[in-house]
Amino acid sequence: MIIVCPFCGPRDLSEFAYCGDADNLAARPDPAATDPAAWNAYVYDRTNPAGEHAEIWQHAGGCRKFLRVVRNTVTHEISGVTMLEPKA
Amino acid sequence: MAEYSALSIVRNALSGNEHWKPAWRKPEPKPAYDVIIVGGGGHGLSTAYYLASEFGIRNVAVVEKGWVGSGNIGRNTTIVRSNYLLPGNTPFYEHSMKLWENLSHELNYNVMFSQRGIINLFHTPAQEDDHARRGNSMILQGVDARFVRPPELKRRVPALNVSGSSRFPVLGGLEQPRAGTARHDAVAWGYARGADRRGVDIIENCEVTGFVREGDQVTGVETSRGRIHARKVAVAVAGATSRVMAMAGIGRLPIESHVLQAFVTESIKPCLDTVVTYGGGHLYISQSDKGSLVFGGDIDGYNSYAQRGNLPIVEDVMSEVLELFPAFAKLRLLRSWGGIMDMSMDGSPIIAKGPLPGLYLNAGWCYGGFKATPASGWCFAHTIAKDEPHQFNAPYTLDRFHRGTVIDEKGQGATPWKH
Ligand SMILES: Cc1cc2nc3c(=O)[nH]c(=O)nc-3n(C[C@H](O)[C@H](O)[C@H](O)COP(=O)(O)OP(=O)(O)OC[C@H]3O[C@@H](n4cnc5c(N)ncnc54)[C@H](O)[C@@H]3O)c2cc1C
Ligand SMILES: [Zn+2]
Repeated sequence: MIIVCPFCGPRDLSEFAYCGDADNLAARPDPAATDPAAWNAYVYDRTNPAGEHAEIWQHAGGCRKFLRVVRNTVTHEISGVTMLEPKA
Repeated sequence: MAEYSALSIVRNALSGNEHWKPAWRKPEPKPAYDVIIVGGGGHGLSTAYYLASEFGIRNVAVVEKGWVGSGNIGRNTTIVRSNYLLPGNTPFYEHSMKLWENLSHELNYNVMFSQRGIINLFHTPAQEDDHARRGNSMILQGVDARFVRPPELKRRVPALNVSGSSRFPVLGGLEQPRAGTARHDAVAWGYARGADRRGVDIIENCEVTGFVREGDQVTGVETSRGRIHARKVAVAVAGATSRVMAMAGIGRLPIESHVLQAFVTESIKPCLDTVVTYGGGHLYISQSDKGSLVFGGDIDGYNSYAQRGNLPIVEDVMSEVLELFPAFAKLRLLRSWGGIMDMSMDGSPIIAKGPLPGLYLNAGWCYGGFKATPASGWCFAHTIAKDEPHQFNAPYTLDRFHRGTVIDEKGQGATPWKH
């Protein structure tokens, strides 16, 4: 598998570290929120699709940027890579 | 039905091996059953077997998308052990071990269960302490465990590099002498034949495409071979759990699907008569009765439904083999393959009633569900028949994640790609 880092170009899978489901990570409850159901769902539950999956990878062996990668979990085809910006 | 004996081998050889009878029927699905089991892997088949043999429920169908043995039951590295740490896990896996010890006899089918032991190597003093803790926990819970030191290791596993010259020198190992390996296909075939004989319909090439519902109640399944009704529907589809449960409207589960690879070398003379695991990374290796070395390591580490892996893990696993067994560098690899693991968020399985009325779930096996095959079927059958769990699977609920009672052997947290 090759991931095209927007900063470094096409690089081998072995340079990247996987960080999980991007949509789930983006849906983190407000840190001040105290609803256990919402936190439990965020920590433990996943849609786990067969098909397109948005996920976070870090280019750990390269520029160290965090990337949002849309990848097909059946074919490994990658349809989009964007740089993850820090939350404002 | 197929019976195997020395006499039958001779008789069939003389008649050109053309008259062997199939080991199980190929029935058409009936309109309705008491119980439908979705998934004809090891766990689905053993569930059907124990429903019929232990709990008197024989009007059962196992509905399998492909053929018996096409999933992980026919893809694993066949290691059977019960060397767990936590009280939530040990009784279950030890129950499984006891079922394994009598399985060939119980099924009258040789599953080639070989209690050759497993040795988990450790390479640092901290790891030694950790293994001592696990060994003590095992002994306290009635499981066999002992320490093996380098002089004994050298004798027992001559090919192992215990010279101290390696990157992570071997300090010793924790052994479970009763652990071992079994012939994975035979386990599926033996349970299939045993279930079929007791009246269970094993329906292959029949994919579940939806669930029949009356309100919340699940009352059957839609399949590629038509609608089938049932009072109870039990799902045991391993890596396909999220896909199948989504058809029942359960969109989110504490499970991610990941690919695990395995490797087999050309056959060589016997040189490794136990199972060895590497503590400096993640590798487990044994030698099959045919002489091939069979081994695997970590999952690839990202969500996958592709039954094939990528090269970084191949390189990783090979380097670990050579770290332990430098002489194996001369061997050629024959095959590699992958299977889709249902990785749970705490590394432990789910065997429970629900999450909908009429529905029962067996999932979350990660890469350790082969050893669980007998106890998983036994406990799942108990749960389906009695509508409550046995004490062995009582901790394996689906709602434990939301109740704060996770069973996390590794203390890894909700990062299934690192389990
Ligand atoms: C490479 C590898 C190595 C492993 N090594 C070990 C090991 O050494 N020790 C150990 O204990 N465990 C090991 N495992 C794990 C073990 O194999 C699994 O946990 C276990 O086999 C899963 O249960 P099962 O046998 O029921 O799964 P499977 O055999 O995968 O059965 C699930 C079945 O469900 C069917 N199915 C899916 N969707 C549908 C549908 N819609 N309709 C109908 N049927 C459907 C599939 O076709 C499949 O046959 C390993 C796994 C792999 C892949
Ligand atoms: Zn980069």
